[in-house]
Amino acid sequence: MTEIFGVPTQALFGQLLIGLINGSFYALLSLGLAVIFGLLNIINFTHGAQYMMGAFVAYLLANKAGLGYWWSLALVPLIVGATGVVIERLMLSKLYKLDHLYGLLLTFGLALIIQGLFRNEYGTSGLPYPMPAELSGGTNLGFMFLPNYRAWVIVASAIVCLGSWFVIEKTKLGSYLRAATENPALVQAFGINVPRMITLTYGFGVALAAFAGVMAAPIYQVSPQMGADLIIVVFAVVVIGGMGSILGSILTGFGLGIIEGLTKVFYPEASNTVIFIIMAIVLMFRPAGLFGAQK
Amino acid sequence: MPRAQKIALAVMAAFFLLAPLAMYPIFLMKAMCFALFACAFNLLIGFGGLLSFGHAMFLGTAGYATAHAAKVWGFPPEFAILFGTACAAVLGLVTGLLAIRRQGIYFAMITLALAQMIYFYYLQAAFTGGEDGIQAVPRGVLFGFIDLSNVWAIYGTVFVIFMAGFLLIYRVIHSPFGQVLKAIRENEPRALSLGYDVNRYKLLAYMLSATLAGLAGATKALVFQLASLTDVHWSMSGEVVLMTLLGGLGTVFGPVVGAFIIISLENYLAQLGAWVTIVQGVIFVICVLTFRRGVIGELGSWLKKPL
Amino acid sequence: MKLKQTVIAAAIAAIAGTAGTASAQVSDGVIKIGVMNDMSSLYSDIAGPGSVIAARMAIEDFGAARKGMKVEVLLADHQNKPDVGSQIANQWYDVDKVDAIFDVPTSSVALAVNEITKKKGKAFLVSGAATSDLTGKACSPNTIHWTYDTWMLANGTGSAIVKTGGDSWFFLTADYAFGHALERDTEAVVLKGGGKVLGKVRHPLNAQDFSSFLLQAQASKAKIVGLANAGGDTTNAIKQAAEFGIVKGGQSLAGMLVFLSDIHGLGLDMAQGLIFTETFYWDLNDQTRAWTKRFVAQSKGKYPTMVQAGVYSAVTHYLKAVEAAKTDDGTKVIAQMKAMPTDDPLFGKGTIRKDGRKLHPAYLVEVKKPSESKGPYDYYKVRATIPANEAFRPEKDGGCNL
Repeated sequence: MTEIFGVPTQALFGQLLIGLINGSFYALLSLGLAVIFGLLNIINFTHGAQYMMGAFVAYLLANKAGLGYWWSLALVPLIVGATGVVIERLMLSKLYKLDHLYGLLLTFGLALIIQGLFRNEYGTSGLPYPMPAELSGGTNLGFMFLPNYRAWVIVASAIVCLGSWFVIEKTKLGSYLRAATENPALVQAFGINVPRMITLTYGFGVALAAFAGVMAAPIYQVSPQMGADLIIVVFAVVVIGGMGSILGSILTGFGLGIIEGLTKVFYPEASNTVIFIIMAIVLMFRPAGLFGAQK
Repeated sequence: MPRAQKIALAVMAAFFLLAPLAMYPIFLMKAMCFALFACAFNLLIGFGGLLSFGHAMFLGTAGYATAHAAKVWGFPPEFAILFGTACAAVLGLVTGLLAIRRQGIYFAMITLALAQMIYFYYLQAAFTGGEDGIQAVPRGVLFGFIDLSNVWAIYGTVFVIFMAGFLLIYRVIHSPFGQVLKAIRENEPRALSLGYDVNRYKLLAYMLSATLAGLAGATKALVFQLASLTDVHWSMSGEVVLMTLLGGLGTVFGPVVGAFIIISLENYLAQLGAWVTIVQGVIFVICVLTFRRGVIGELGSWLKKPL
Repeated sequence: MKLKQTVIAAAIAAIAGTAGTASAQVSDGVIKIGVMNDMSSLYSDIAGPGSVIAARMAIEDFGAARKGMKVEVLLADHQNKPDVGSQIANQWYDVDKVDAIFDVPTSSVALAVNEITKKKGKAFLVSGAATSDLTGKACSPNTIHWTYDTWMLANGTGSAIVKTGGDSWFFLTADYAFGHALERDTEAVVLKGGGKVLGKVRHPLNAQDFSSFLLQAQASKAKIVGLANAGGDTTNAIKQAAEFGIVKGGQSLAGMLVFLSDIHGLGLDMAQGLIFTETFYWDLNDQTRAWTKRFVAQSKGKYPTMVQAGVYSAVTHYLKAVEAAKTDDGTKVIAQMKAMPTDDPLFGKGTIRKDGRKLHPAYLVEVKKPSESKGPYDYYKVRATIPANEAFRPEKDGGCNL
């Protein structure tokens, strides 16, 4: 068997694939953050809590309403996205004239509240969410056993990410959005309802987080803390990619997932710091991030 | 120093001198440690306009270094504290060089990410004892003749450290250096065009803030005789932001009041259990939406005197 | 000269004697028990409010009111922060006149409270914390470690599995002191029993994704995958092991630190076949079932974990000792507790060793298949009982100098 640095190539393929799966979550979450940041100039600290809410709402739909995974995949982003719309209308919209840091502080506070409430209600050991029957089991690829659900995660998140990119970069709606990012006053003057666009954008970003949450429910434990540490890693992903481009945030997400996966093979002790180390290196040489425009 | 601030300073000093008669001294020492921590943090955000979301790394690093020096190397308390503070200063230099490359929200995210990296390092490193922490740290004998195991001796020491740190920060804010910082906060390009080396000023402010946060952490390690992961966790970084915000960003006395309120909440809500983080979150939201000047900021504007 | 010494000695004895009688009663007429644990986060399901319920039940069953003893329960949330825990302990002892502190999960907090209790001569009965240092290098004449510890978990699970043929191991270890200790202790037992360790991988704490590590475990072809971690890491690893077909492929999972509440959170579908050690299970005998029925009536349907059961047992024995010693002086009560054998409906008869280790049997349990489970929380099959004298670390190996 051929080996690379003492690791069999076959095992390496397996790990690359696994990395890609984790990258899918990073990509979905950092895309949501980038979309929100683009228009609102706010870093959404609640993103991790909203990801968690996605998983929890899926759990509740399954247990209280008897709606399975596929229903959840469609409904949960709408429900959680709607709560996002409420938050934007009631709170965030009051802060646009202030320093952007206040948005960060507000969403941090909201994250504490949401996580605290869920913890009070559901404890911390986590709740089970069943694998959808259609996707249980797995395929033997020869070099690894790939659970069908993981394959689905890659496909689904790639579709959603590329779909979002297409809408933002290639459609008329997207062009309004990009224009409003550059110069909201001018776009408003053209008769486009910018505040409503902002609200819906926030809702959309939140919906992406919730979508990631539903995707995560069958493989990770549904627990109130599931998003708390993840969001910090995603922040680092966003810093590395730079927030300038949508495609950039998607590519960085997938790429860092793979790098992290490789670290788990070659030096597992560093696997949860590797992304931060890369961030430090990128900052040294390209402070604006890999895809960011230097201002 | 304007008269209003002189009075406030006297009130504060008198409070911490007399309070132990009525309140539990360990609680008050904790409040002073966090007050100093919050003041150090405020130096950066309130006067330099830089929001650090990773200040726990300085508090925790100094705590670990002090505890390790006092327990394993047998340093006397004054050197243990100095060593801890110096470690925080060095960490401030290294992370500062990276973090000041970006501003605003990016700065906040970068400091948060760096702090998380430090957290993971301490979690794995052998000398920190993982989640057991460093326990049973000896308080030792200060300058060879003040036995800190006496509660009043340690109380006096913490009081002196707190007041010294507080006055140092006050001095810095009102020095020419502090004025330049404020100028950078208000308009960085203008400060740059006036010939100030903006990055050097920012780095210096960042390091100073890190050092003083370290001093707070080092003192805290001796008060509680332990150092643990709690002080490096991101929720601690969030807590210091909350203290400063609640007390009043950019005010002189605000962080002290904010720290006192939050520590009291933590203390009295301990009986209520699960609600601590929720209450903290609610305070955050209220402060940001309707109470941005904080307790002292509001009081100052009501008295028409900056506090 | 000789006379003088005798006189002094007699005088000291007399003073000590009066002091003894003076304190031979309960201070301020009330016995105050403080239950300190994590009420709101990571460990609130294994200890939390359930431990308070257990403490209250113990006081009621002891018949404190009938015997004319006034017992009060205080509770506090240490939020898993050692400084918060340490401050509560100081304040409880100094201001609120608490006589004994119970439970305290999270090793860092327990070790801090251990120090304070020793300094103030009170009593500390640990149920929730895992670190075996409490009866080792951090042991204290004022502390008893009640329910379980890391050494016992590693030893119980490791040796029992090796005996039943699980002789090749791969470790998934949480990369911090606690995980390392579990791995080290289990590995020692496995090697001693003639087994071998084919590999190990250190994963970061709170790793969320274990697929990469599980692939390495799968590739090792070890019969047993030992999970030297706890809480969310263990449950996530188990869940993902099911997904990657680890158990279906013929490998077994061995948990080091698993609680009933974790199994409840995972569901039997995921957890079936998992092997680990506990010192209490609600469905052991008629007594435990009867007690559990009363517990569940107060706990919103949550069944007791071994930590909560341990609090009940510890409070019961503590009150018995206070009654027998006629004092609530911490050091004396602890000495009395060690002198008397323990007996309660949950852990049966037992003893307390000089180093503060409470001894009782441990049970190697296997999680049932969904089809075998007949009712709520019917989760375990008891595969083996490890007698009390084998379950815990021998006193001489702990390094305690009491």
